[in-house]
Amino acid sequence: MGRYLIRRTLFMILVLFIVSLITFIIFVKLPASDPARRAVGKSTSPENVEAARHAFGLDKPLYVQYSRFAKGLIPWPGLFLNEDVYYSYANFVPVKEEIFSRLPVTIALAVGAAVLWTLVGIPIGIISAVRKGSVWDRSAMVFALIGVSAPVFWLAYLFLYIFWFKLGWAPPSGIPIGESVTQAVLSGRFILPWIVLSMTFAAFYARMVRGNLIETMSEDYIRTARAKGLSEKRVIYKHGLRAALTPVVTMFGLDLAVLLGGAFITETVFGLPGVGQYAVRSIFLNDFPAVMGVTLFAAFFIAVANLCVDVAYAFLDPRVRYT
Amino acid sequence: MSVEVTERPQPQPATSETPLVRIRALRKLFPITRGILFQKRIGDVHAVDGVDLDIKRGETLGLVGETGCGKSTLARVLMRLYDATEGSIEFEGQDITHAKGGDLRELRREMQMIFQDPFASLNPRKTVGSIIGAPYRLHRVVPRNKIKSEVQQLMELVGLNPEHYNRYPHEFSGGQRQRIGVARSLALRPKLIVCDEPVSALDVSIQAQVLNLLEDLQEEFNLTYLFIAHDLSVVKHVSDRVAVMYLGKIVEMAVGQTLYRNPKHPYSGALLSAVPIPDPDLAAAKKRIILEGDVPSPIDPPSGCRFHPRCPNAQFPKCSEEEPELLPHHPGQVAACHFPLEDRAIIETPAGG
Amino acid sequence: MAEPLLEVKNLTVHFPTDDGLVKAVDGVSFSLLPGETLGVVGESGSGKSVSFLTVMGLINAKQAVIEGQIIFQGQDLLTLPVDEMRNVRGEKISMIFQDPMTSLHPYYKTGDQIAEAIRVHQRVSKQEAHEQAVEMLRRVGIPRPDERADQYPHEFSGGMRQRAMIAMALSLNPDLLIADEPTTALDVTVQAQILDLLDRLKQEFNAAIVIVTHDLGVVAEHCDHIQVMYAGKIVEAGDRRDIYYGAHHPYTWGLLASIPRLDESDTKERLQPIRGLPPSLIFVPPGCAFHPRCPHVFDRCRTDVPELLPADGHHASRCHLSLSDKERIFQEEVMARS
Repeated sequence: MGRYLIRRTLFMILVLFIVSLITFIIFVKLPASDPARRAVGKSTSPENVEAARHAFGLDKPLYVQYSRFAKGLIPWPGLFLNEDVYYSYANFVPVKEEIFSRLPVTIALAVGAAVLWTLVGIPIGIISAVRKGSVWDRSAMVFALIGVSAPVFWLAYLFLYIFWFKLGWAPPSGIPIGESVTQAVLSGRFILPWIVLSMTFAAFYARMVRGNLIETMSEDYIRTARAKGLSEKRVIYKHGLRAALTPVVTMFGLDLAVLLGGAFITETVFGLPGVGQYAVRSIFLNDFPAVMGVTLFAAFFIAVANLCVDVAYAFLDPRVRYT
Repeated sequence: MSVEVTERPQPQPATSETPLVRIRALRKLFPITRGILFQKRIGDVHAVDGVDLDIKRGETLGLVGETGCGKSTLARVLMRLYDATEGSIEFEGQDITHAKGGDLRELRREMQMIFQDPFASLNPRKTVGSIIGAPYRLHRVVPRNKIKSEVQQLMELVGLNPEHYNRYPHEFSGGQRQRIGVARSLALRPKLIVCDEPVSALDVSIQAQVLNLLEDLQEEFNLTYLFIAHDLSVVKHVSDRVAVMYLGKIVEMAVGQTLYRNPKHPYSGALLSAVPIPDPDLAAAKKRIILEGDVPSPIDPPSGCRFHPRCPNAQFPKCSEEEPELLPHHPGQVAACHFPLEDRAIIETPAGG
Repeated sequence: MAEPLLEVKNLTVHFPTDDGLVKAVDGVSFSLLPGETLGVVGESGSGKSVSFLTVMGLINAKQAVIEGQIIFQGQDLLTLPVDEMRNVRGEKISMIFQDPMTSLHPYYKTGDQIAEAIRVHQRVSKQEAHEQAVEMLRRVGIPRPDERADQYPHEFSGGMRQRAMIAMALSLNPDLLIADEPTTALDVTVQAQILDLLDRLKQEFNAAIVIVTHDLGVVAEHCDHIQVMYAGKIVEAGDRRDIYYGAHHPYTWGLLASIPRLDESDTKERLQPIRGLPPSLIFVPPGCAFHPRCPHVFDRCRTDVPELLPADGHHASRCHLSLSDKERIFQEEVMARS
C-alpha cells in the first residue's frame, strides 16, 4: 500500500503540472487586454505601464513566466500558491488569502448540499429499486429525470422567484457584509442554494442507487442469503446495499471534492462569496494568477479526493488490494 | 444430416509425411509485476511450460486437463493470438512462431477456432449473415456479390436455415449459435480447426448434434481438429489421439483407447476415475483415485514432478527432485512418470470391440 | 412404509411474461423418504430447478402462479405465512447452488456468513456461532478451518468454496438438502471430491439429498432414486437400476443414447442425438410434449397427454407405448449400444 500511495502522489504532481501548463497556454493564446495596462488604469504614462509589466514579470520570456508559476504548484506549505507570484492582478491581494477567506462559504454550501442529496437521493433510490415498477418507482424516476435535466441556473432563478420574490419565505441572495458564515447559515441564507445544488445530485444518486441495487439484488449471493432464511429486510440492507453502495461512496467523495473547488453557478446566482464566485470573476477580469491559483487549488483537492476514494474502496471491497 | 449408425473409419496409419503442426519446447509465461513507477517482474504464471506436440493431418487430437493446466493458452499460442515466450511452432513445415503482418493474415486462412461460449463469442449487434461472411470480407477471397450465396451454403451445411441470414444471434438457441460459430470457422476452408470446449456450454441432447456435425464436416472437408475439453467422455468419443496436460506440461499422450484402458500417469488415472459413468454397475466397479486438495496455481509450480504434492503414488525423494520425461509404454503411448500405474488400473471396459 | 419427508402433489409454477405464460413446472408429483438420495435429471427448461426453488420458497406467489401442494413433514409449505416459511428455509430444508464463486457474498468473511445462517435460526451468541462455523468447515474437510473462517470467499479455490457452501447449508442439521447443479462449475477431480463429501455427510447428518443435474453419470453414481424431467413434467421415475438397465421413456432412451461414454467399446459408433430442439414452455406441444422429437411417435401421442403410470409403482413413465414395447425397444436400441 505504501508503494501505491507514493506512486499516486507522484502522479498527482504530474497532473497538477499538466493542468497548470494548459491553463498557462490558454491564457497566453487568448486575446485579452494587457493586465498591466488595466492594473494601472487607462490614462497613465507608458512608463507606469512598463513598470507594472515589469512587476508582473510580463516582460520576461514565456517559459520564465511559466516557471515562476510552476514553483507554486507543488502542494507543500510555503510553496503552494506562493504569495510573491500568485498575486492578483485585479485587486492586489495574494490569491491564497482570497481563496482561504472565501473557503468557509464554499464549504458550508458544499457540505450542506452533500448532506441533503445523500438524505434524499439514496432512500429514493432504495425504494425505487425495492418496489421496482410501482408508482413509487415511476414517480421517483420522473423526479430524477427533471432533476438531472434542469440546468442549475434555471432552477436557481426559478426558486428565487417563487420562494423569495413571490412568497417571501426565503431571504434574498447574497450575504451582507459583516455577517459571518455561521450567522448566514442560521439565518437561512443557504437553504435555497442547498436545495438547488443538491437537486441535480440527488436525482443522479437516486438513479444510480436504484440501478446498482437492482443489479445487486439479482446476484447469486442474494439468493443464498434468502436460502439461509434471512428476512427480506436483512437481505436488502445487509447483503444488497452493502454491495450496491460501494460505488456510490466513491462517487460521493469525488462529487464533494469537485464542489469544494467552487460551485460556480450556484454561488454566482445566489451571490454567495465563495471560491466559485471568485473564480468566475477572475476569469472575466482576466486575472491570470487568480485563475491559475483557483484552478490548481481545485485540481489539488480533486486529486487528493481521488486518492482517498480509491483507498477507501480497498477497505470497502476486500477483493481489491493495492500493491 | 441424417441419423444413421455408421462406424467411423479407423484413423489412417502413420505415414512419414510432415505433421500439419509441429510444436517444440513451447513455453508461454505471463509476467507478474510490481513496482512504484516502473513495473518490475517478480514472477511468472507458467501457463505453458515446455510442450512438444505434433498434430497429424486429418486427425483429431484431444487435449484434456483441468483449470490452470494451460490447454487454452496452448491453443491460443498456436493460433498466434498470443506470442510464444520460447519454443517454436511449425505449420505445414514452415516456422510461424514469429509470423507477422501479411504472413500472419495468410496463416489465419488455414487455422480457425471455435469457442466455448456460444453466447459470448458472437457479436450481438451483427446479423448471422455478416458474422459468417466476415472472413470473406476480411480476406477478399470471394467477390462481394457472391458472399451471400456462399454464406447461405455454409448455413445449410451446418444445419441452419439459410433464410435466417438476417437474424441476430439472440434469436437462436445455444446449439444453433454454436453452429454459427462452426460455419464461421469453415468459411475459408481452413486446414486446422481448434475447438476450445465447443460443447461444454450446451445441453446434453444438443451436444450430440454438434459433435456429429463436427465429425461429418471433418470427413467432408478433410479437416484436422485440435479438440480441447475437460470432459473425458467427449474427448474419448471424438479423438484419435489424446494428450493430458497438467500445470503447463503434457503428462501423458496416447493413441485410440489406450489411455482409457491403461492410463499410466496417476493424474490420468485420477481424471478417469473422477468421470461419472452413467452405468451403476460399472461405476461401482471403477477403481477410485481421489486426489487431495485443489488444482494448484501455475505461478509457482512444484519442484521435480509437478504432480507430486497430490500424487497417491509419489515416492520421495525422486518425485520431488527429478522431473520425469515422457517415456513410451504401450504402442503409441508416452507418459511422464517415475512410478507409472499398472495396466487395467481404472475402468473395466467391455471386452472385445 | 415410513412417512414421506417431502410430498409434492400436482405442483404447477407458471410465470406470466410479456410473451405469454411460461409453464415452467406443469403438474409435478413425487415423494421423498427421509435419508433418501433423489437425482433429478433434465436439461435447461425442464423445470427441475424451478421445482426445487419453489419448494424452498425462493420462487413465491409474487413472481409466479403456483398451484398444488408441497407437504414437508406434514405441513403444506405453500400455505405457510412468510415468516414461518423463513424458519423452515435454512434450518429444515437448505440449498446449495451451482456457482460457488458468485453464491457467497464477496464482502463478508466466510466464517461470518456461516455464523449468520446459524444465528438466524438459533439463539446463540456471536462467539458460539463462530465456533460452530469453524467446526462445520472442519467437517467438510477444509484444512486449518479457524484461519479459513476469517478469509473472504475470493481467497478460496472453487472446490473449497463449494465445501464452504455445503458447510453453511448443513450447519443447522437440516432434514433435506437440495443441491442444484452442485458440481457443474467445478473441475472433474474436484467434482468427485465434492460428491464423495456429500455421500459421507449424508450419512453423518442423516439428511435426505436431492441432486438436480443434467449429468446422467452423477446420478448413476450417487442417487438411489431418479426422476427425469422434460418440459415441466416428470417423464420417468424409478430406481437407479430401473433407469439405466430398463428405462421406459423415449426421452430417457434418447439421453442415454446421445451421451458419449467412457465405457463404450472401441468401434466408435455415431452418437444418436435426440432430433429437434427443446420445446417452448409457452407453446408446449399438445398431447405428449416430447412427441415432435420422438422416434416412436404415433397418433395418440399428438393428442392425449400421457399420465405418469403406474401411479403406485416404483418405476413409472409418462408414455403411451405399451410396457412390452418399452421393454423391447430398450433392449434393441439402448442396451445394444454397449
